Order: sequence, then structure tokens, then C-alpha cells
Amino acid sequence: MLDKEQIKKLEIQASEICEKTVELIYNSGGGHIGGDLSEVDIMVSLFNYMKHDPKNPKWSDRDYFILSKGHSCETYYTLLSEYGYIDRRLLETYGRFGSLIGGHPNKNITGVEANTGSLGHGLGLASGIALALKRNRKENRVYVLTGDGELGEGSNWEALMSAAKYKLDNLTWIVDRNFLQISGKTETVMPLENLKEKAEAFGFKAVEINGHNYGQIFSALSIREKGKPVCIIADTVKGKRLSCAENRADWHHKTPTKKQLEQLKKDMAEYRKELT
Amino acid sequence: MEKEACSNAFSKMILEEAKRDKDIMVVCTDSRGSAKLGTYPDELPEQFVEMGIAEQNAVTVSAGLSYIGKKVFVLGPASFYSTRSSEQIKVDVAYSKNNVTVIGISGGVSYGALGATHHSLQDIAFMRAIPNLTVEIPSDATQMRAITAELLKAKRSTYIRIGRNPVPILYANGENIHIGKANKWFAGHDAAVIACGQMVCKALEAAKLLKNEGIHITVVDMHTIKPLDIDMIKSVAEECGCILTLEEHSIYGGLGGAVSEFVTQNIPVPMKICGIPDENVPNGTEAEIFQYYGLDGEGVAEKVKNLIKEKHK
Repeated sequence: MLDKEQIKKLEIQASEICEKTVELIYNSGGGHIGGDLSEVDIMVSLFNYMKHDPKNPKWSDRDYFILSKGHSCETYYTLLSEYGYIDRRLLETYGRFGSLIGGHPNKNITGVEANTGSLGHGLGLASGIALALKRNRKENRVYVLTGDGELGEGSNWEALMSAAKYKLDNLTWIVDRNFLQISGKTETVMPLENLKEKAEAFGFKAVEINGHNYGQIFSALSIREKGKPVCIIADTVKGKRLSCAENRADWHHKTPTKKQLEQLKKDMAEYRKELT
Repeated sequence: MEKEACSNAFSKMILEEAKRDKDIMVVCTDSRGSAKLGTYPDELPEQFVEMGIAEQNAVTVSAGLSYIGKKVFVLGPASFYSTRSSEQIKVDVAYSKNNVTVIGISGGVSYGALGATHHSLQDIAFMRAIPNLTVEIPSDATQMRAITAELLKAKRSTYIRIGRNPVPILYANGENIHIGKANKWFAGHDAAVIACGQMVCKALEAAKLLKNEGIHITVVDMHTIKPLDIDMIKSVAEECGCILTLEEHSIYGGLGGAVSEFVTQNIPVPMKICGIPDENVPNGTEAEIFQYYGLDGEGVAEKVKNLIKEKHK
């Protein structure tokens, strides 16, 4: 369990990652900002929780992470840069012609394990990795983060069936459940509820948590159930911390104005001041 | 002529190889019977994955297995793998540079009367448009073994299409069979027939019939559609002055398309693309379908004679 100091530290880190992500999007002229911000706390948790070593990105005992919602890559790139996987100068080339880092992650970027972007692939990839690790009698864990709108892709449900069949208890699937997708509410576009029961029916150990609460996220990440993969449904707020974007589908892909960026910086500075 | 199905050759070989190499993985989608996997799933359960009827997931999971170092062969009907999971082949296998070989079994019109849903007559067109994907259509069991042996040594992303039925064994051994290198038969100067898969056999039959009439042709077994052996195409275009392509595939975008893309831009000679026209084929056996479209020895010989007339116009 995390103590108060640890939680405070994570919240400060998240506020900084949020700020840098929005700044990256502002500078590059566009990005999937809504989903970037809803996943910040999950991603910060993973980077703190997983076994990984930026100095040895291919460390054979590392845990694997796949960002299935590859469009939410700006938060990922920001974290990869903060942890030293990629150079800050590379981050500055984001979205430019010929840059290694574009609108979806690829394996040529140090620290990235899979080429994603087309939705509905991450769960299958993570399952294949988890199955190979199990067959090799390895202890590494595999984490995959999907969106919620993404779950409309049928390939996800094929992957759930096979993950349960092969008892992939080394796999944790996290859903960034922000209840919004580009056209509006997920429950209007294509209803997903009751997602927890669905995951359980497919053979997963499922929990529903507040995806912005570090105590809950860390405790969910530590769940292990013999013979069962884990599903964490993390309820989140799309556009979290950027007040003008919170819970708004039209901020799925958008560039903030200079004023909005300045407001965020002000808000985050105040937030950090309150925490400390 | 002795016959063997390519699937049979593959399954016998992979069982022996997998006993020696624990990184070999075979994945299938309720297709172990038609893939003729035999005792493999029971003998090597740790190196076998059954995904059920889910081709998309089978390919994606195969990519994940490969990322941890497995040498993956995923097998199922060519019709479904080349279309339903074409996106997974594009993204998770080829774009992601994963060492996965997708083997489309019962390809072409192998399924006969099962009809259009089960025929794979567009797979070359789909697959060869994907960057970083090797595309193979072996003509016999020996080629299938030689290609598999090469794939086991190299890390590649590959699509192989094989038929369901036993086909004549054309090669005594695999010595001269290499990915990306076509095999040349005869050295006739009247016309060149470039074929793939079991159509190579039909081209050889046609060559025999034509020889009796004093017409001498070269037959090229273009088992690798990608990367295409352009040196071979150039040399037979120069030697023969006209090219007929022959394939168990739509006349759009397949071997004929690949050859003509090179010929028209580099060494224009008269060409004829032979295969299945842009329509849904009538129900019937494989042999009946080939005969209907003139894709048997006699039909091909006739098409070659017409092409030679064009050449001399």
C-alpha cells in the first residue's frame, strides 16, 4: 500500500506529465488530448509500478507494456522522455516530417514494445507475449492499456477468449474507461455496460476502480489470481486536469490555445502548492 | 508422376524440426485437420496453440509470440487469412517486422464446390501490396520444404499460399530453390510462360504439347511473388519476346499484375495475363474449374499460340 507521501509524490509527477503532454500537443499543433489526459494517472502508476530499466530497455526480466490505444501517445512519449528512454530533443520533433515519433507509437522508439494505432490489436499482442513468456516459464508480467470506445472492435473479444483459455494470469488488461469516444458517449455510440460483468463472464478477474486514485490503481495493479488474467476497469475523466477539456468528446483530438495552456500551467502550479 | 500435398510436406517437416527447436510454434484456427497437422498437436502441445475460429486474433497472438522469440507458423484457410486478417498481417506481422509465417491452406479454388466464400482468388493482390511481406506460392512439396527450411533460418514476415490437394512433385530436391529466385524450365525462344503454384504444372504440360507442334517455350516457376525475381523476367523477355502469365488467382493484381508492372516499365514485350476472370467462379471440382477457364495443359497451349501470333504481328 502507498503512504500519503508516496501518493503526493505521484500526484505531483502526474501534474507535471499532464502539463508537459499538453505543451507537446500545443507545440506540435495537434494530438489526441482527451485520451492522453484521462490515462495520465494510469500511465504514471505503470511507470512507477512495473519492472523496467531505462538504461537497459531490453532487460529480459522487464515487464511488458502495450499501449493499445496508440493514439494517446503524447502522454507515453512524455513519460518515455522523462524516464530517459528517449532524448528530449527527439520529443521536440514530434509530428514533424521524418520524425521517429508520430501520431502512433512504433517499436523503433526505445522503450516501445509494439506498433499500435489500429485499435483492437493490443490485447491480442499482449496475450501472445504473455503466452510465450508462460511457455518459456518466465515470471515477467504483461500490461496492456485499451480505450473503452476501442472495445467495439471484435478482435478484442477474440483475444479475451484466448487469454482466458490459456489461463494468462501474467496478463493485466487496463481499460481507460472515460465513457467518451470521438462521436460522443460510449453508451450512445455502442453500449459497453456492464463491462465488469462482461470481463468476468469472459473469464477475467475484474475490478472497477477510480482511475485517478493512486491507492486504488496500485492496489489493482497488484492483483494476482491463479489461472486468470486480470481486468482493471479504471473510471477516468477524459481531458482530466485541463478544465476546458474535461468530460468533453469534442476534445478527443484538439490543440489547446496559448491561453488554455497558460491556464493549465497556473492550475497545476496551484495544485502542487496545495499538495506541498 | 508422384504427387504430394504441400500441407502434408510442411506438417511432416515441421514436426521433426519442432522436436529439435523448442522455439518453433504452430498456431491454427480449428484447422488442424485441413492443415494436415497430424500428431503435431498431441506430440508437442507446448509448441502448439489452438485459437478456435478467430483468424484475426490468431495472427495478432502469433505476432506477440514472435516478439518473445518464437518462430511462428500460423495456418488456416487462405481465403480467411488473406482477407479477414489482412489488417493483422499488415500491422502486426509485416509493419511490426515479426517473424511470423502465415500459411494460407486450401488456397485458390481448392475447395471446389464450396464456392466463392472459400476461394482465395485475391490473396496475392492483397498480400503483395503490403510492405515488408514476402509472398510465396510453391508449386510442389519439394519447394514447400525448401522455403520452410529457409524461413526457419531467417527472420522474415511471410505469407505462403498452398493448395488443398496433392500436386505432382516437380523437383527431386531443394538444392536450387531459394526465396526470391525463380526456377527456369527449358530454354525455348518462342514464348515464356511465367506461372506459380500448381499452374506451373499446367505450363509444363502445355510446353510438352507445344513441343510436338514445333513450338518451344520457356517455363518460369515464379514461386516468390515478392520480392519478385526481376532479373529472371528481364532475361526471359529478352530471350522469348513475349510473356504469358498463369495463375490460380484473379487476373487483377496477382502474378500477372506483378510481372506486367515490371515489363511495361522496363522491357515492354507482348503479354497475356491468364487466370480467373473478375467473376465468381461456377461450382465444381478444381479440375472442372481449371478446364472451364482454359487453365489446363491444352487451354494454356492454345493461349500461348495466340500470344505468339500477337508477337509476330
